[in-house]
Amino acid sequence: MATQDIIDTLAGIAPGSVLDGIRARRLQARENAQKSYLSLFEPIDASDFSLVERAAVAAFVTGLHGESPVATFYREKLAASSGGAALLEAIDAEIARGRTSGPYGSFPAGPLSAENTAGLIYRVSAASKSVLGTRLVAALEHAHLLVFRPRDAASADMKALLAAGWSATGIVTFSQLVAFLSFQVRVVSGLRTLAAAST
Amino acid sequence: MSTINPPVVFTQDELGWVSWIDPLPEAELTERHFNGLVDRARAKSEYFRLLVRDPEVLEARTKTDKDIFYNVADGLPRAERELAAAATSRYNGCIYCASVHARFASTYSKRREDVQKLLDEGVKADLGERWNAVVKASVALAATPIAFGPDNIKELRSAGLDDAEIVDVINGASFFNWANRLMLSLGGPSK
Repeated sequence: MATQDIIDTLAGIAPGSVLDGIRARRLQARENAQKSYLSLFEPIDASDFSLVERAAVAAFVTGLHGESPVATFYREKLAASSGGAALLEAIDAEIARGRTSGPYGSFPAGPLSAENTAGLIYRVSAASKSVLGTRLVAALEHAHLLVFRPRDAASADMKALLAAGWSATGIVTFSQLVAFLSFQVRVVSGLRTLAAAST
Repeated sequence: MSTINPPVVFTQDELGWVSWIDPLPEAELTERHFNGLVDRARAKSEYFRLLVRDPEVLEARTKTDKDIFYNVADGLPRAERELAAAATSRYNGCIYCASVHARFASTYSKRREDVQKLLDEGVKADLGERWNAVVKASVALAATPIAFGPDNIKELRSAGLDDAEIVDVINGASFFNWANRLMLSLGGPSK
């Protein structure tokens, strides 16, 4: 592989270790989780979703999951992105404001309504809005919904992103990025837990 | 576009899915898009014609998905990978994803009633030691902050799973935290 495998790096999996051998049995999954990462963070076309926006959303989403090597990695990616350092303080503040426990939210009205769980409806603070700008404000609010209460998502949320200047293609890539990170942070956490339980 | 006749309960019935933003029209798909779809037949699906707006991401996602679930040369039986997907979807609240993967879990396990119990009663349903351990691990992984810990590993091991099978649980459950968020937010299910 051209670059080091990001999941192995973040999970601390050394070449030749037991988990390296187990991951090698799902080589296509391993290589394509890597390709997913590369196509999201080193895309051939970033015109609908800029690199600094990607890094900002990634730092926010992984930060919402709590302190971890993954959150540190994406925070550093944002710091290293062109225009990213200026956003760090606002992203850190929004992570602190947005942290809660999920999943929560509502089901379609009916028998499942008994399982509805209320929780934070996150909105970006007034102070951060001017730093982040319209597109990132809408992105962070939607990303928070995707992280903590995905079952609340509605067509109106797509309209809010379109109104904030996101294209349909940009929305697809943005949604993939948040959803991919939801996968990556869990695989890394799971593999780290397994490694620790095997020593 | 809007959701037509949305289901209000978890079900193993076949459901439709309607996009809330515009998929690419079939006539506009190029070779780059077909590469992203991986299977050309997916051009008929509104969901995949929406995701193919970013073909490189879709291609990588699809190949990750297929290896995690369909590569049964070794590791966890397919039925239990599908159980992890169904349990994750039940917990996150994705009625569409749960319907597809509950059907697969039923097909491969021949335990349709137990799978239905998971859908009807939720992730605390008693499905026997081995399935309970898989469901509990999937739920712990789906929580934010992630609640998966050494106790989950211990329970999976005492239920008979080896480390390679545990990695299949981790991969399958984690993948559905990806899938659920796309299905839930870009459109909705219809009966």
